[in-house]
Amino acid sequence: MDKIEFLTEKAAQIRRDLLKMIVNAGTGHTAGSLSNTDIMTVLFYEVMDIKVDDPDWDDRDRFILSKGHSVESYYTILADKGYFDKEELNTFCQYKSRLIGHPNNKVPGVEMNTGALGHGLAIAAGMAKAAKMSKKNYKVYTLMGDGELAEGSVWEAALAASHFKLDNLVGIIDRNNLQITDNTEKVMGLEPLAEKWKSFGWEIIEVDGHNYQELINAFTKSSEIKGRPTLILANTIKGKGVSFMENKAEWHHGLPSEEELAQALEELSSKGEVI
Amino acid sequence: MSKTANKKVVCEKLIEYGKKDRDIVALTSDSRGSASMTDFGNQLPDQLVEVGIAEQNIVGMAAGLAASGKKPFITSYAAFVTMRAIEQVKVDVAYSNVNVKIIGISGGVSYGPLGMSHHALHDIAVMRAIPNIKMIMPADRYDTEKLMEELVNYEGPVYVRVGRNAVEEVHQSADYEFEIGKADQLSGGSDLTIIATGELVSTALKAAELLEEDDLDCRVINMHTLKPIDEKAIIKAAEETGKIITVEEHSVYGGLGSAVSQVVAENHPVPVKVFAIPDEPAVTGYPEDIFKEYGLTPSNIAEKAKEMFD
Repeated sequence: MDKIEFLTEKAAQIRRDLLKMIVNAGTGHTAGSLSNTDIMTVLFYEVMDIKVDDPDWDDRDRFILSKGHSVESYYTILADKGYFDKEELNTFCQYKSRLIGHPNNKVPGVEMNTGALGHGLAIAAGMAKAAKMSKKNYKVYTLMGDGELAEGSVWEAALAASHFKLDNLVGIIDRNNLQITDNTEKVMGLEPLAEKWKSFGWEIIEVDGHNYQELINAFTKSSEIKGRPTLILANTIKGKGVSFMENKAEWHHGLPSEEELAQALEELSSKGEVI
Repeated sequence: MSKTANKKVVCEKLIEYGKKDRDIVALTSDSRGSASMTDFGNQLPDQLVEVGIAEQNIVGMAAGLAASGKKPFITSYAAFVTMRAIEQVKVDVAYSNVNVKIIGISGGVSYGPLGMSHHALHDIAVMRAIPNIKMIMPADRYDTEKLMEELVNYEGPVYVRVGRNAVEEVHQSADYEFEIGKADQLSGGSDLTIIATGELVSTALKAAELLEEDDLDCRVINMHTLKPIDEKAIIKAAEETGKIITVEEHSVYGGLGSAVSQVVAENHPVPVKVFAIPDEPAVTGYPEDIFKEYGLTPSNIAEKAKEMFD
């Protein structure tokens, strides 16, 4: 199986697993997790240098999920990678489970607690700065939502990452154009988004956030950029992979019925239908 | 009594420890001069991270640095770092439980003439309500020296508030025991206990001296750690002296007085009189003017203390 085939199948499996987890829990941020599944799959199965049996390995690449509410794809991937037993996914959001509704650093593989939006980039910048100060080679990735870009703290960190020349930092925006209320441009306009980041001193790479080859190429290119951080503007579809969830704000934390789950799993059963 | 600004001691100790441990990093938010951190920047430029006027970012980046093995000390204005950045303190530092030390400088009414925007009279209330983070207000240079030594050896989130101005020493020498979370009893006494924190401990000592003239034997406690607060020392004071006065440079709501009252009420109810800043935008002026306005002076505290015996 070649790389792209593997990622295609893996992402479909992650989507199926996270939907089952959400239905089992009776809660979850459904569409956002489907939106970023392909980005996360490429990062965790192809790009990042990590050791599952040594989650705190000093030289590991770091990942911060700034859009912490999309935790379902994250937990599902960590379980699939072997950071913890897949059975534990059944405890998602249950009483005293460590798999709470936002990333929690008691879960192996999760670096930091997130959930309050607009925090991830500053934390990632701190980690990237630490690598520079200690002359370490690890890279830091943070995945942001587009809605959270209205938080001023994002732009404080964007200034700093550029100022400190953090070329070991990659920000990724899951640009699905939807936030809980409506289209991002109706709620609080972000465009021209690429130009904004460019003017802050970032290298911009715009990709189809569901195209594995484009994502791989973008991450590869980010490693070649020197003297400034990289922003991967990943154009995505909220609810990607499930026809009736795609591009619908109401699926932000919509809960599928048993019938809807069955239909979703059916749609995701064949790899070819995801891309 | 000689006078030294606690923030200067913070910088001296950070330079001393920073030279021994290159993982110690100081972060400033255009606060280098105000925090007396210029020397640190000059001597250890590779260990200073200047983020500009960006309190949310200073805390977020410190959390990332700490999570990657650095030992960050934020030196930033108490008024801003505990308000503007409070969500980063709560989530990135306290909730993730990373080894970040936050030194809030120019706390209380250090910037008295500059108005409520620059007063930090809320930080005990705010920081005490957040789990995982300790809060400390050293009384003098000796407290600050000993605290810094403890901080470099303690792993976890801590908030420290110091003032801007030189403060009188409340200890004769460094020859005493300082432990985070343990009250520092400065004088024994059985008639009344004055519990004070931070840079008003010297005021409490002077009030006690005035009360001695009236044959009232005062116990004076320097409650440098606001969280975890030394409940045992408070209960003991209630049991043994029967009356308690608290003195602090903080709002009357949610500060030392509130904390002590809660412990006393739940364990050994006795009269408690709270000296603090009332719930209003504090008058502006130099700190001495403000303390005088609100009765945070030795003579007023002593006078009101005597009324507790009527």
